[in-house]
Amino acid sequence: MTEFLQHLLNTLVLGGTYALLGIGLTLIFGIMNVVNFTHGALYTVGAYVMYLAVTALGLGFFAALPTAILGGLLLGAILDLVLLRPLRGADMDTTMLVMIGAGIVLQSGTLWLFGGVAKSIPTPFPDAPLQLGPVSVSWLRLFVLGAALALIGLNYWLINRTRLGLAMRATFQDHDTASLMGVNVRLIYTATFAIGSSLAAAAGALLGPVYVVFPQMGGMAELKAFAIVILGGLGNITGAAIGGFILALAEELGAGYISSGYRDAMGFLIIIAVLIFKPTGLFAKAERIG
Amino acid sequence: MTRHLPALALLAALAALPFALGHNPYLLNALITTGIVTIAAMSLNLLLGFTGQLSLGHIAFFGIGAYVSALTSLGFDVELLWGLRIVHEPWPPVVGFGLAVLATAGCGYLVGRLSFRVRGAYFVIVTISFAEVVRLVALNWVELTQGPLALTGIPPFSLGLPGLGSVTLRTKMQNYYLVLVVGTLCYALIALLVRSRFGRAMRGLKENESLALSVGINATRTLTLAAVISAAMAGAAGSLYAHYLRIIDPDVFLFSTTVTMVIMVVGGGKGTLLGPVVGGLIFGLLPVALRPVMVPEAQWMVFGVVLIVIQFVMPRGIVPGLARLATRRHAPGGAPARMPAEARP
Repeated sequence: MTEFLQHLLNTLVLGGTYALLGIGLTLIFGIMNVVNFTHGALYTVGAYVMYLAVTALGLGFFAALPTAILGGLLLGAILDLVLLRPLRGADMDTTMLVMIGAGIVLQSGTLWLFGGVAKSIPTPFPDAPLQLGPVSVSWLRLFVLGAALALIGLNYWLINRTRLGLAMRATFQDHDTASLMGVNVRLIYTATFAIGSSLAAAAGALLGPVYVVFPQMGGMAELKAFAIVILGGLGNITGAAIGGFILALAEELGAGYISSGYRDAMGFLIIIAVLIFKPTGLFAKAERIG
Repeated sequence: MTRHLPALALLAALAALPFALGHNPYLLNALITTGIVTIAAMSLNLLLGFTGQLSLGHIAFFGIGAYVSALTSLGFDVELLWGLRIVHEPWPPVVGFGLAVLATAGCGYLVGRLSFRVRGAYFVIVTISFAEVVRLVALNWVELTQGPLALTGIPPFSLGLPGLGSVTLRTKMQNYYLVLVVGTLCYALIALLVRSRFGRAMRGLKENESLALSVGINATRTLTLAAVISAAMAGAAGSLYAHYLRIIDPDVFLFSTTVTMVIMVVGGGKGTLLGPVVGGLIFGLLPVALRPVMVPEAQWMVFGVVLIVIQFVMPRGIVPGLARLATRRHAPGGAPARMPAEARP
């Protein structure tokens, strides 16, 4: 029972960052109809900006996190302006291939700049974990959970309570009508891609200190983001948030009770199960995608 | 026959190439691995080019083919759940090749049935995840695959020639011609398929699905069949790879190889017969040309940039671009001549 409680606690910590990853990806897919193959690379970039900000710039851990998020926001905006804006209206395959190309450039660029050796990010938290009755959690992981939940909340506020969010939701429903109502759709696309990218970077910056930072870390993160998004239904933000926690739970229990070597395979098993039983995702309205 | 003239000319040139290179083992090795990946790229083109479905896990079929073929010829002894033990004595590599083709065809069927219920982005994601899980299995099922320690000592192919006894393909020269023969057979098979009723069904689905459905084309069955043939061909390429290199590890499942195949297909010209071959030769041999001037990371950046630039500058790829130039030259001043059937998008 104690072991199970510990798994649940780990699920919460991991699930928060997975939800961030998933929300970013599903936002971009839902609004722009772009399968973002730079998502993993942006996750990596977020972790490396965090690393640089803490070690080389000496910004301090808590100032480094917003720096990494801002870095993701900026890089996302640049990617959209340079690559996606000229391709607006092109078919999905074309943008997918361009995004794969951009992902390769970013990933091998990181490898070239920083080398393949894994780096660890120093944190200001004490090494001794916090004891909560029979279970324990490190202060760092607790902070990661808090930051992830805060970012998810901020994102909800942005989408549901601001004019920008209103314009984004309008574009999501029908970009032609939104455009006729005076929404600057081009700007909304750029903002969407930048925000989605910043969430990926935030996830990388939060999980980077928990694990280690290396150039290929984004590959698996991207795959997990895909699984989360399929689980929640493509384009469904609440679905992605819940999907993040479900994937984390599946991984924790899979690693704990089946085999730790297959932890990363859980996402795929979830994709198979969803496609067999409920292809539109667990939380989708009755509409067919694809 | 004139339709296939460029392909026949290319075949003749490739057959003569080793002599022109003066048996340079380094270049010959690059040509063999390029040829093997090109066969996989041709199989990817069957899906991506002719049905429009992007399989980003194609390396899974390649790797499964390699492992099935290697394990068949090496033998294994594994214990499954509930004490069930399977002991397999080594069989000849040629049988491994056959089993690799069958096994990957089965995998293609499964993946196709599963993901063609919902297509587009779903198919892409399912294929990537499939490849990743297969890699995890190869890495973790150490009893069967030796995990990261790699399967070593894989025997080379032996071909029994009637009346001449059997020949074991040990030299690079022999393997080069083996790859060339298998590649030519795959090319011919795809050429026949594309012109068949099945090929027209595939193209119909890609151009206008609702129209194709309305004339009675079974979408799921057509796409699944395409996935089966494509997977089997990639499995054949994987088998060639295993018996040529004679050592394989879970790195054969790396996503980057799938990306290389995609660049070959898209760069050469997806949906054309010659495109993947031309793209395969260019992008397979590009690292050889770049090696003296840059580190591998920078080479990959070049590949990424090339993939982006192609989409902007030459979205149809090199072969259709050249075909259009050629037809324009033959019809000076007049309306652009009709493009060859396979060069149409």
